[in-house]
Amino acid sequence: MSVSVWYAIAVFATVAVCTWVTRALPFMVFGNKKELPPFVTYLGKVLPGAIMATLVIYCLRAIDLTRFPFGLAELISVAFVVVVHLWRKNMFWSIGGGTLCYMILIRTVFPF
Amino acid sequence: MIPLLVTGAPILTVAVMTLLINSRHIFYGIGFIDQFRGMGRKYPYMVLALTDETYVLLSTCKYPPEVDRDKAAFYISLFNHGWWIFGSVLGVLIGTLIPFDMTGIDFCMTALFVVLLTNHIKQTKKLIPVVIGIISALLFLLLLGPANFILPSLCLTVVLLALFKNRIDLRKEGAVS
Repeated sequence: MSVSVWYAIAVFATVAVCTWVTRALPFMVFGNKKELPPFVTYLGKVLPGAIMATLVIYCLRAIDLTRFPFGLAELISVAFVVVVHLWRKNMFWSIGGGTLCYMILIRTVFPF
Repeated sequence: MIPLLVTGAPILTVAVMTLLINSRHIFYGIGFIDQFRGMGRKYPYMVLALTDETYVLLSTCKYPPEVDRDKAAFYISLFNHGWWIFGSVLGVLIGTLIPFDMTGIDFCMTALFVVLLTNHIKQTKKLIPVVIGIISALLFLLLLGPANFILPSLCLTVVLLALFKNRIDLRKEGAVS
């Protein structure tokens, strides 16, 4: 289906503005405060670990644990990434190797 | 957003969907308010460029003392932004020319977050926030399904981080800057 150019521009503009609003919100609320409330400073320090953990779950959200292959390809590859990363301490090997491990697993042991 | 575009969804729907899907970004700026507002002309761009990947990179980055922190953060955001555009355009132009099946390549994003989370835990030695993040994400994933669990999950995370503030603060020995 084809869409009009103006409609496409309107959609992209809306998405851009709305995305920017979500990112700007904390700055709009606290950006003009001279001193940040201590709780906000505390959150800034402890949120990254929690958010990264949430993003990992977000990346794995499509896994169905109740049916074969139970997300085994993903879980094995995640474990592979952690082990390789702790061992080699090199992002290239852990990300590249983990992705390769996943691509091989979904083609051989756990086909769709 | 492309599925909305091709089905010709009303602009209001697009706006509501974008706000819902991107609501997790509300939490990203919290740790960067002091740094970004001191960056002058770059301030609006730094806020605009705070994607998932940039947020995680900037949060885990340990700047060597001789490096200008603000300048480094700006270039991390700019290059991340630039590579994303470059990669997308390249994919559109030559993606169909790749002779073999690339299914599963998107796992590299999962691997990136796993690697950065591993680094973060090693550096900070703070496990409680990570466990809180995992538990509330899994809880709302089970309750609400994969489409809209992130916002409630992050709200619960903030509440739990508040409740466990003393427990987390007591274990300050990990160098968190």
